Amino acid sequence: MGYFRRNPSQSGGEIPITEMIENKQQDQITVKPESRRRNRIELALPLERLEKVSSWGGASSSLSYVYRPSTVDKLGQVFDLARRSGHTVGLRGAGNSYGDATLNSENITLDFRRMNRILDWNPTSGRIRVEPGVTIAQLWQYVIEDGWWPPVVPGTAKPTLGGSAGMNIHGKNAWKSGTIGEHIIEFQLLLPGGQIVTCSPEQNPDLFYGAIGGFGMLGVFTSITLEMHRIYSGLLKVEALVSRNLGEMFEQFEQLLPESDYLVGWIDGYAAGKGLGRGQIHKANYLAPEADPYPSQSLRLENQHLPDTLFGFFPRSFIWRLMRPAMNDFGARFVNSVKYLSSRLGHGSIFLQPHVAFHFLLDYIPNWKGSYGSGGLIQYQCFIPAENAQETIRQVLLLCQKRGLRNYLSVLKRHRRDKFLISHGVDGYSLAMDFRITPHRRPKIVKLASELDQIVVTAGGRFYLAKDSTLNPDIVQSYLGSDTINSFWELKRRTDPDQILQTNLWRRLFY
Amino acid sequence: MSNSTAPPDRPLEPHSKALIIGASSGIGESLGRLLAEHGYLVALVARREESLNDIRDQINAKIEGFPHAFSYKHDVTHYEEVPELFQQIAADLGGLDLIVYMAASQPAMTEDEYNFSKDKEMIEVNTLGAMAWLGQAARRFSTAGAGHIVGVSSIAGERGRRLNPAYNSSKAALNTYLEALRNRLSQKGATVTTIKPGFVDTALLANASKTMWVISPEKAAEGIFRAIRRRKQVAYVPGRWRLVSLIITHIPSFIFRRLNI
Repeated sequence: MGYFRRNPSQSGGEIPITEMIENKQQDQITVKPESRRRNRIELALPLERLEKVSSWGGASSSLSYVYRPSTVDKLGQVFDLARRSGHTVGLRGAGNSYGDATLNSENITLDFRRMNRILDWNPTSGRIRVEPGVTIAQLWQYVIEDGWWPPVVPGTAKPTLGGSAGMNIHGKNAWKSGTIGEHIIEFQLLLPGGQIVTCSPEQNPDLFYGAIGGFGMLGVFTSITLEMHRIYSGLLKVEALVSRNLGEMFEQFEQLLPESDYLVGWIDGYAAGKGLGRGQIHKANYLAPEADPYPSQSLRLENQHLPDTLFGFFPRSFIWRLMRPAMNDFGARFVNSVKYLSSRLGHGSIFLQPHVAFHFLLDYIPNWKGSYGSGGLIQYQCFIPAENAQETIRQVLLLCQKRGLRNYLSVLKRHRRDKFLISHGVDGYSLAMDFRITPHRRPKIVKLASELDQIVVTAGGRFYLAKDSTLNPDIVQSYLGSDTINSFWELKRRTDPDQILQTNLWRRLFY
Repeated sequence: MSNSTAPPDRPLEPHSKALIIGASSGIGESLGRLLAEHGYLVALVARREESLNDIRDQINAKIEGFPHAFSYKHDVTHYEEVPELFQQIAADLGGLDLIVYMAASQPAMTEDEYNFSKDKEMIEVNTLGAMAWLGQAARRFSTAGAGHIVGVSSIAGERGRRLNPAYNSSKAALNTYLEALRNRLSQKGATVTTIKPGFVDTALLANASKTMWVISPEKAAEGIFRAIRRRKQVAYVPGRWRLVSLIITHIPSFIFRRLNI
């Protein structure tokens, strides 16, 4: 424990952040951003640590010295090593960010997947305390049999809670339950200097609202306390509705919002003209107490699983190979059309589905991104205030079609504002679009993205760093505003004056 | 002036990143300029700091936008410095795609001179320095499953000749080392190119006995860049030296030792 500069007189070995700041030298507070951009290497790190680390979408990768600590002590030693050797440290959970948020080229990457213990669980209050490497899958599996479910889950169960808090993820209930940060009661943050700070909305609130969504730039979550959501059945009531065009989709969304617990829209990116924006809406609701006659049965872990085969025939692990030939304009148009037509046939159907099957669509087809080929994919997701949403999303879809870069998968969700400093939340809608990357398409997609950025910023929209691969610093400046960026820099100077914590995304957007 | 910072990496707009060891004059200098003009970020490594920094500043003044060239003072016989410096360069550029080992020493020799300190210097600069740098690169590139190693050797490595036994040996050793790296790396997605230039109008030429088909360093750099782009295994610069090499390597020893070449 010699490494940590802790004050022994305080219980838990914690130092309030205010006291910690007073101890800092004045010149450390006024560090210029540029001064740490180029780190001076004092000591070579062992080449055995050098690994290829890829963005989740696979469109970019870099080499990095990867360390996988299993305890807070070992974690501290890595920061110590970074300081002595002159390297920066990037944080990585399960590596599910689409772009460069978890890459730190030629420097240290901390992989948290071995810090994956559940530290405390209270099945009466629904409060759980976890280490940062615990995944969403571990979490729901741990709590479901006691009648609880994570209040916010993304489309895959693979992310870690540390990564989820760092990116402040959302789910299909974002307009109703907000982001995951709104369900975090408290966390402990290890600063690169070795201090551990406890943060909650009451204690060090500025750091609480800065570190959640702060994409790993202010410190490391060493434990996170969350509150789970009570459920009375392992099943959700799901309703599938068809929308014949974008206008109808927005109408249905607004109409369904008050009565739904989850709502997600799928848009056929190939439909043009009158059918522009056609697609399907899935609405899901929790079952009320007593509605499920056998909750203890439906909540059992073995009844929460994804089927082994699709359409009762194809083994799931094989599907991506079948999708591979369809991943071009012709194939994707066909698949999107078939999906739309089948959703017309299924319009209005209501069925019960296990939570897992409804939420983790992206886990249905293992390695589905493999079907995008070796160039990988990126996602472009924009968040538009409600008053401009329909018109802006229409423009976005039209521009993609005009540029000949149709997206193979587009998803519409409803959101709300939140109090976090680096926030993607708007009182409005988000559209997420997957683009296949090939050497030929790459420059065109870069150009398209910058055109889309302008449309989004004009509409007062926002972006989401977990998904980003294409933003420029000026766009970030205009959607976050210089006050927010200054406040974030201020926090960074307090918590990480030597700028040990860096990623490719940080260097790309915040310098 | 010191090194400025490289532009940050953008996932869909990557820059190619190159490292040239022996970049303060001759072919290395020309290749550095050429690569930068083609959009590469280039780390220039050499012993002579002043000329190195001049070249860097000239490149950066000529190319608009962000800086493309970065300079690092280093003596290739200081092998123990290599791991740190390599990591510094990779960190500054944000990665590495191409390494070119160009450094060479060829002191003046006479036919009846036996001088261990000159011999040692040639082996150290031409061979051991290459192993110190290219070994590091090979390790990285096999991890990355990509990358390109270029060793600039010489047609002097094809046979042992009268004038400079140690120079011939140093280049022959380099050829074999590069061939072995190629055999290790080609299955892993990386490329290894051996460049065999003929006579090039550089400082080294002063100590060659006879010369023919002399080309300028710029021409040589163009030839090397072409070989890099085509991912050649072995490239003679200019190409007609391939024929000379073919003949020379097939002359039997009982004739070769009677020839005055």
